Amino acid sequence: MIDFSTKYLGMDLKSPVVVSSTPLSEPIENVRRMEDCGAAAIVLHSLFEEQLALESRALDDDLSRGTDSFPESLDYLPDLKDYRMTHEAYLEHVRQCKKAVKIPILGSLNGVTPGGWVRYAKDMEKAGVDAIELNTYALATDKNHTSADMEGQLLKLVAEVTSAVKVPVSVKLSQWFTSLPYLVGQLEAAGARGVVLFNRFYQPDFDIETLEVRPTLHFSKPSELLPRLHWAAILYGHVKLDIAITGGVHSAEDVLKSIMAGGSTVLMASALHIYGIEHIKRVLDDMRYWLEKREYKSLNETRGCLSRRSVPDTSAFDRGNYIKTLSSYSLRQTVGAF
Amino acid sequence: MSEKKMVILDGNEAAASVAYRLTEVVAIYPITPSSPMAEWADQWRSEGKKNIWGALPIVEELQSEGGASGALHGALQAGAFGTTFTASQGLLLMIPNMYKIAGELTPATMHVTARTLATHALSIFGDHSDVMACRSTGWAMLASNSVQEVADMALVAQIATLESRIPFMHFFDGFRTSHEVDKIYPISDETIRALLDDKYIIQYRQNALCPDRPFIRGTAQNPDVFFQAREACSPFHAAVPGIVQKVMDRFAKETGRAYHLFDYYGAKDAERVIILMGSGAEAAEEAVDALTQKGEKLGVLKVRLYKPFDASAFVAALPKTVKSIAVLDRCKDPGASGEPLYMDVMTVLGENAAKLPFAKMPTVVGGRYGLSSKEFTPAMVKGIFDELAKPAPKNHFTIGINDDVSMSSLTYDPAFSTEDAKTVRALFYGLGSDGTVGANKNSIKIIGEQTPNFAQGYFVYDSKKSGSMTTSHLRFGPNPIRSTYLITRASFVACHNFSFLEKMNVVEAAMPGAVFLLNSPYPAAEVWDKLPKTTQAEILRKKIEFYVIDGNDVARKTGMGTRINTIMQTCFFAISGVLPREEAIEQIKKAIKKTFGRRGDEVVAKNFAAVDATLAHLEKVKLPAAVSSRFDLIPPISPKAPKFVRDVLGEIAGGHGDQIPVSAIPAGGAFPSATAQWEKRNIAQFIPVWDKDLCIQCGKCVMVCPHAVIRAKVYPESLAKNAPATLQWAKPKWKGMEQDRYTLQLAPEDCTGCAVCVEACPVKNKSDASKKAINMVPQQPLREVERANWEYFLNIPEIDRSKLSHGQVKDLQLLQPLFEFSGACAGCGETPYIKLLTQLFGDRLYIANATGCSSIYGGNLPTTPYASNAQGRGPAWSNSLFEDNAEFGFGMRIALDQQKEFAELLVTRLSGSIGDELAKGLLGAAQNTETEVNQQRERVRALKEKLTGNKSSDARNLLAIADTLVRKSVWILGGDGWAFDIGFGGLDHVLGSGKNVNVLVLDTEVYSNTGGQMSKATPRGAVAKFAASGKTNSRKDLAMEAVSYGSVYVAQVALGGNDSHVVKAFQEAEAHNGPSIIIAYSSCIAHGYDLVHGLEQQKLAVQSGYWPLMRYNPALREEGKNPFQLDSKAPAIRLKEYAYREARYTMLARGNPELAAHLLKEAQDDVERQWRVYSARAAMPGRGETPNIAPAEKPEDKPEQKLAAEAAGGAE
Repeated sequence: MIDFSTKYLGMDLKSPVVVSSTPLSEPIENVRRMEDCGAAAIVLHSLFEEQLALESRALDDDLSRGTDSFPESLDYLPDLKDYRMTHEAYLEHVRQCKKAVKIPILGSLNGVTPGGWVRYAKDMEKAGVDAIELNTYALATDKNHTSADMEGQLLKLVAEVTSAVKVPVSVKLSQWFTSLPYLVGQLEAAGARGVVLFNRFYQPDFDIETLEVRPTLHFSKPSELLPRLHWAAILYGHVKLDIAITGGVHSAEDVLKSIMAGGSTVLMASALHIYGIEHIKRVLDDMRYWLEKREYKSLNETRGCLSRRSVPDTSAFDRGNYIKTLSSYSLRQTVGAF
Repeated sequence: MSEKKMVILDGNEAAASVAYRLTEVVAIYPITPSSPMAEWADQWRSEGKKNIWGALPIVEELQSEGGASGALHGALQAGAFGTTFTASQGLLLMIPNMYKIAGELTPATMHVTARTLATHALSIFGDHSDVMACRSTGWAMLASNSVQEVADMALVAQIATLESRIPFMHFFDGFRTSHEVDKIYPISDETIRALLDDKYIIQYRQNALCPDRPFIRGTAQNPDVFFQAREACSPFHAAVPGIVQKVMDRFAKETGRAYHLFDYYGAKDAERVIILMGSGAEAAEEAVDALTQKGEKLGVLKVRLYKPFDASAFVAALPKTVKSIAVLDRCKDPGASGEPLYMDVMTVLGENAAKLPFAKMPTVVGGRYGLSSKEFTPAMVKGIFDELAKPAPKNHFTIGINDDVSMSSLTYDPAFSTEDAKTVRALFYGLGSDGTVGANKNSIKIIGEQTPNFAQGYFVYDSKKSGSMTTSHLRFGPNPIRSTYLITRASFVACHNFSFLEKMNVVEAAMPGAVFLLNSPYPAAEVWDKLPKTTQAEILRKKIEFYVIDGNDVARKTGMGTRINTIMQTCFFAISGVLPREEAIEQIKKAIKKTFGRRGDEVVAKNFAAVDATLAHLEKVKLPAAVSSRFDLIPPISPKAPKFVRDVLGEIAGGHGDQIPVSAIPAGGAFPSATAQWEKRNIAQFIPVWDKDLCIQCGKCVMVCPHAVIRAKVYPESLAKNAPATLQWAKPKWKGMEQDRYTLQLAPEDCTGCAVCVEACPVKNKSDASKKAINMVPQQPLREVERANWEYFLNIPEIDRSKLSHGQVKDLQLLQPLFEFSGACAGCGETPYIKLLTQLFGDRLYIANATGCSSIYGGNLPTTPYASNAQGRGPAWSNSLFEDNAEFGFGMRIALDQQKEFAELLVTRLSGSIGDELAKGLLGAAQNTETEVNQQRERVRALKEKLTGNKSSDARNLLAIADTLVRKSVWILGGDGWAFDIGFGGLDHVLGSGKNVNVLVLDTEVYSNTGGQMSKATPRGAVAKFAASGKTNSRKDLAMEAVSYGSVYVAQVALGGNDSHVVKAFQEAEAHNGPSIIIAYSSCIAHGYDLVHGLEQQKLAVQSGYWPLMRYNPALREEGKNPFQLDSKAPAIRLKEYAYREARYTMLARGNPELAAHLLKEAQDDVERQWRVYSARAAMPGRGETPNIAPAEKPEDKPEQKLAAEAAGGAE
C-alpha cells in the first residue's frame, strides 16, 4: 500500500487531496461524503467580512424602508427576535463539521478591516477549526497605491492574525505579485505556515449587446494548473512553509504534478463540481495505480522532484513560455503515460 | 404592589400583553389602528412566548373580521379562552357573532381601538361610532382613557368576563391611546395570577361543548319560548356591575390603582359636571384641575363600565351639588334624540327622578366632540363648562369645529392652556422614513427609563405614503402626563428636513425663548438668509435659540445614507440638557445596540459613528437684528387652482383643516376630481432628465411611471411657437408624423424620484454605458426651468387618439393618463396599472375601489389623483367598503344596464320627435371600438340638443340618463386582501354572474395598506405580518379558480414581465362581454427591497415560473381554439434566484434557516406543480378543454327527433 500521508500546516493528513472552498461543503451530508471518499481535509467556503457588512446594512435598509411614514402602515415586515447572520451560521457550520467528521476542517476568511480579520479568525478558532486559510485579495485601482503598499498591508494583516490565533494560518495568494519568492519569505516571517497557490477570482465579463459588465467565474480547467506548478516549483525548497496548489487540479496526474512541483497538498473544487464528490476516490485510486506501477513506496518520495531546485535544466522555469513551449507539450505527453 | 418598574409602551402593546397571557386562541384580522395588537400576538407566538398557564396560544388570521368572530365563537364553544382585536367596520362585521356569544353567556374578551365608521368618507382615526354600534349586542363595554388604564382595564375585562359569563368589549381611543407611547406600570404575571380564580376556569370548561358529556347549543326556537329564553339571561347582565367593581377592588389591592364603574374627579361641591369616556377624559381632568384651582366648582365623571350601565352607581358618583351636566359623546347619531351616552344619562336621571339626591333636577345637555380624532383640549372643556354656566346651555352642541350650518358649535378660547409648566414639550418635524419617529421613541425610552421623569410620545403622519411629513409630540416631566392632545406650544422644536421650511412656518408652535434645531445644508453663517421672512420674523420675535447641523452630510459620511435619526437625536440631547451629555450619548448608544444589534455589527457601528460625529457639526446660529429674507412661504396649493381647491383643499394641505367651517365642506362626501395636480410636493431630490438624441421613443418610461409624471406628446411645430427655449423635442419616430415634434416631459414638482423610469429605459449611451436615454439628476437646479416646460407642455393639445394603436406600448405613451400624482409610495407597483386603465378607457370608466392602498392614494384628501380630459370626462370613482367591492361594482353595472335599457325604451317612444334615423342609430350602435363609442357620443349630443326644451316627462327623463346610451366600463379595483380574502365570496359571486364587469386585482401578496399582513395571496416561505415565522401554505391560485367558470376572461400579468401582454389583457378584458379578472403582479414596499428594482423582480418572478403569464379568453372557444394561453416561457431560473432578492424571504433564511430551506423547497415544488398544470392546460388542442367526452346523445333523449319520427309515422 502506497503511503499517501503528508504534512500540511503542521497537521498530519492521510493524503494530499484536500477539498477547497466550495459551496459543496455547505450540506453536512456532503462533508461526510467527502471524508468517506478520502478527502484529507476540508477548507470551508470563505467568510467574507465585506459581505457581512453588506448584509447587515441590507437587512437594516429592508426593515426600515418606508417605515413611520403612513399611519396605517408604520412598518411592513415583522422584526424577528433574532437573525442568524452569515458569520453565526458559518461558525455553527464549523461546529457541525467538526462533529460530523474526523478529518481537519479549515476555515477560510476574507476580511476587509484589520479588526475584522482578527475578530473572525478568533471566532473561527473558537468554533474549532484546525487551521485558517486567509483568502487575501486586493486589487489596486488607485494610482497612488504602490505595490509595496499592497504587500505591506498583506504582511501586516497576516502578522496580526497569526499572533491572535494559535491554530496554523495559511495564506491564499493571487498570482499577480511581482516577486513571489520574496513575498512568501516575508509571509513566513510574519507567521504564516503555508501558502496556497493561487486564488481564482470572479472576473468582469462584458456583454456587448446590453453594454453590461457581469462578474463571472467558470470552473477551473487543468490548463490553469501550469502557472501554479511553475511557482510551486520555484518556491519549493526556498521557503520552509507548506505549499498548497489549487486551481486546475482535476486528475491524479494533476495531483502528482503538484506534489512533484513541491506542493504538500492540492485543493480541489471545480473537479468535484464537474465529476461529483466521489471523484476524490477515483483520483486517489488512480494515483495509487500510477505510483504502484512505478514502484513508489510513498508519495513523499515524489515531492519536489520536478521543482526548480531538482531539475537539471531550469530554463523551462526561468524563461517561461518562450523557448520551450512546444517541447513542454511533448513532455506533458510522456509524463501523462499511465 | 407587584409592579414597581415602569415601562414605556403604547396602548396596543399594553392591551395585547394582557390579552395574550390570558388567551389560548387569538383570532385575528388586520384593521387599523388595532392591527399592532394582533401583530404582537403573532410575533410573541412565533417567539414562543407562553400564556399565564404556560402554554403557547394559537394565533390565527381569518379572511375577515366576520371570520375572526366566527372562529372566536367556535373556539369559545369548544372551551378555549379566546380573544380578538378589531376596530371600526371590522367590529361591525363581528356584530352577528357578538349577539350569539353574549346570548350564549360565553366569557370572551375583545379589545377594540375605537375608530370612526366610514360614512360620507372613510377615516382611520378615533371616535366611538364603532363601539356604540354594538350597544345592543349584550357585550359588556369597558372604556379606558390612557395607556395605563388600557393595561389595567384589559385585565379587569378578562377577569370579569370569566366571573360573569358575559363577554367584554374593552375599548380605548384609536391612535390617541392605541398609538400613544407612555411610561406606565405593566401588569405582572403575579397580578394576573392573583386575580385569576381557577373556579371560574373550571366552570368555563364545563360549559363547553364536549361529546363525552353531550348537549346542544344554538337551537332554533319558536314564538312559544324564544322570548322567555331571551329574558333568562337578565340576571347575568344584572350581576356584571357588581362583579366588575369587585374585580376592580381586588385589582386596587394588588396594584394600588383604584378604579370604579364611574370615577368622579373634581370639586366635591361641583355645580357643573362633564360626563364622558375615553381619552378625552384625561384632557377634561387637566382642565378641571386648572379651573378648580381658581375656585370654580367643576368636575368630570368618567364612565368606565358603559354597558351594563349601573344607574345607582352612576347617580351615586355624581356630586349632590350638581346643577348642570354636559354629556359628551364621541360619535354622531343623526336623527336620534341624542347620542348614546346622553340618552343613557337622560334615561337614568328620568327614571330615577323621584329619588335623585340633588336639590333640583340638573340641566342636562348633550354634545359631540372629537370625531375622527379631532383634537379635544382643555380649552374646549373650559368652553363647555362656560356654556354650562349659562341659564339655558345649548343642547346637542358640537365642540372643536365651526358649525356655521346648523349652528351647533360652542365657542371657546383656544388660547386657554393647562399645560404643566414643569413638563418639557418638544416637537419634531421629520420626513417619513428618515428615522425621526423611531429615534423619538427611543428618546422617550431613554428619558422614561433613565430619569424619574414621566414621558409621553404621540406621532402624527400625513395622508401621503411617500414623502410624507411626520410630527413627533414629546412630553416629559416630573408630574404624570394627562395631556391627550397635540402640543401647540413647544419649548423645543426640531425640523429634520430643510424643504419643510418652504411651505410651513416651522417655529409657529415654538414658545418664546424656545430652542429651534434645524437640519440644514447651510452652515450657521449662511442659513439665515435661506429662511422665509415669516420664519425669520417669528424667530426674532420669540427670541428663539437657533441651532443648525447638516445632518444629511454627517449621515452620508458615516454610512447612514438618508437616515438622520441618530444624528438629530444626539443633537436633541446635547441641546436640551435633559440628561448630562456624556450620559445621554451612552444611553443613545445603548438604545442603538438594543434596537439594531440584531441586524448586525455594521448597523450598530455606523450608528455609533454617526453619534460620535454629530456634536462637532452642531452649530449655534447668531441671530441678526432684523428680517432680511427676500422670499416668503409658498402656499401648499397653486394659486392658479380653482377656488374650492385653493380655499378648502389648500387649507387642508397647509395643515389648517381644523379651521375650515362646516359650510365649506361638501355634505355627502363628493369632491371634485383632478385636484392632485394643484399640490406641488417637490419631494424628489433627484429627477429624471431626457436625452432626446439617445431616446428611441419606446414609451416604456411613460408606461412604468407610477405617478404619471413622465409624459409624451407629438404635436405640430406650429404649436411650439411660444414654447420655452428649454423645451426639448425630437423628430417623432412614427410613420406619417415625421414632420411633427415629439417631447418627453417630466413634471419636476410631482416626481417622487423613484427612478423606475430609468430602470425601464432599454437604451444605453454607446460612449458611456452608465447613461441611458433618461437619467437621474438633482431636482433643485432644474425645478424652475422644468416647471415652465411642464406648464407649456400641458397646454399642448392631446393627440387624436384614433391615430394610435391602443395595443402598442409605444403608442400608449401618447394617451393622456387620467390618474396622476397620487400619494402612493415612490416606485409603487400598483399605480402603473391604474394609470394604464385610465389611458385606455378613462373617459367612460366607473371604478369601484375596495378599501386598501388603492382607495387611499386614490381618494385620501386633501388632493386626489383621478383626473379628467379636455372634454371634461374622466373616471367616476368611489369606494364603498373593503369586503363588498365586487358587489359594489356589480351594482354599478346593473344600474347602468337598467338605465340604458330605460333610455333605449324612451328613445323608442320618442323616436317621432327625435327622428327615426337618430333613434335607429342610437339603438343599434355597435360600440366595440373607441371610434364607435365616440360616434355614439356624437349621437347622444344630437339627442340632447333635440330634447332640450321638450317638456314632456319622457324627454326630461331621457335627458337625465341619455349618457348611459354611451358604452360605460365598470372596473372593480382592489388588492389581494380584498380579492383573495375578505371580498372573495362576493368576487366569486360576481364572476359567476355573467355581468359585464372587469376586475383588476392589484396583487401585492399582502395587506399592504395596513402594513403587510399575510393574505391568501402571500407565497409560501415569505415572512409577513401574521406570518412572522414564514407562510407555511402555498398561495391561492385565483386565476385558475376564475378559469373554472369557463365564461370568465382571466389574465395573470406582470408589467415587468411583459408590458405588451399587460396591454393585451386589458384590451381583451374590456372587450369581453361578461366578467373578466386581471391579476396584476404589483411590486410593493412590503416585499423588502428597493422598489427601483421592481420591474426586474417582476421579470424574475416570471422567469422562475412563479408568476406565469396567462390569458383565458372564452371568445377563443367560439373560434375553435383553446381559450387557455400560457404567455410566458418555462421556468428558466430557480425560485430562489427570484425570491432571495427580497427581504420577506431572506429574513426567514436568517431568522430560521432550517425552516426557510424547507419552505423554499416546497415553494419550488409549488412552482413546478403549477407550471405543469398551466402548460398542460395550454397544450390542449383546439376546443381541448371541452372535448367530446360524454357519450353521444341517443335519439330518444332528443324529444325533437322523437316528435319528428312520430310525425313521420315511424314511432312505435
